[in-house]
Amino acid sequence: MLQIECPWCGLRDETEYKYGGQAHVAYPEDPSALSDEEWAEYLFFRDNPKGPFAERWVHTGGCRKWFNAVRDTRTYEFLAVYANNEPRPDISSLTGADTAGATA
Amino acid sequence: MADLSTLQELRRSPLHDMATEIRDGGVTGDRAVQLVEQPFVTMVSVRIDPDSTGSRGIDEALGAPLPRRVGETSQAGGHTALWLGPDEWLVVSESDAESLVEQLRTAAGDTPAQVVDLSANRTVIELTGPGARGVLEKGCPADLHPRSFPDGTAIMTSLARVPVLLWKVDADHFRVLPRASLAQYVAAWLLDAVREFAPASPSAQAGA
Repeated sequence: MLQIECPWCGLRDETEYKYGGQAHVAYPEDPSALSDEEWAEYLFFRDNPKGPFAERWVHTGGCRKWFNAVRDTRTYEFLAVYANNEPRPDISSLTGADTAGATA
Repeated sequence: MADLSTLQELRRSPLHDMATEIRDGGVTGDRAVQLVEQPFVTMVSVRIDPDSTGSRGIDEALGAPLPRRVGETSQAGGHTALWLGPDEWLVVSESDAESLVEQLRTAAGDTPAQVVDLSANRTVIELTGPGARGVLEKGCPADLHPRSFPDGTAIMTSLARVPVLLWKVDADHFRVLPRASLAQYVAAWLLDAVREFAPASPSAQAGA
């Protein structure tokens, strides 16, 4: 069982969480000015890195709060957990030199 | 106009239909466990910014500050506040819900806040006896050992794969608060789970 650290509740089982996709996907400032292609890009296109990936999680089985996490998609290791209004942490400092080039 | 006192008599708790099974479902012996439903307990949800003036007003109205960390509860004057999230609490109280909601709404003042009577949302199943922790450990992923789950801890977790609020009063006394619609399932699961805690019957020992 994968355990995930909720910023408010601490370590809990993966089954208490729901996944929310890629983090830091900002809503377009002026959606009506976007072409269909740009709008489709915003709606449907997401990164799919092999390595550290910043993503959103919600602790549905506990405090019901959303938060962001950096997870290594190769190892499922959670490298950082942070509030969803904080900037993405510096991933190279979390993973060390060997994976520094793998940032998304 | 409807007579409210009659309506109070007509209400049925979520585990009304299982009252006999629950009463007879306990076990005795070294690892005794007894189950009982506490129906119609007053529960009021409070959502407010914990650093606001309104939250200090609520602290005063309750007689104890709202707990700030996961698992914590604070108790004073018949009210217990349970931490549900960084800006959400459940006040379990001996007062009646209507006056408590009114009192807390007044205490919150102008601060944006939500104070709602949720008494009908959950029921309370009390587990008492030295076997209580062992029964819960069969279906709860949380670590219930006293080193990480001291007396007075309450957390949102799951029991038998459904979400419940689990509240430890002391080592031999737990409260399980399932949603009303899941209460019969949780009670049935608990009744099954306690069976193995009964002392072995003499005939079973002879056959072993």
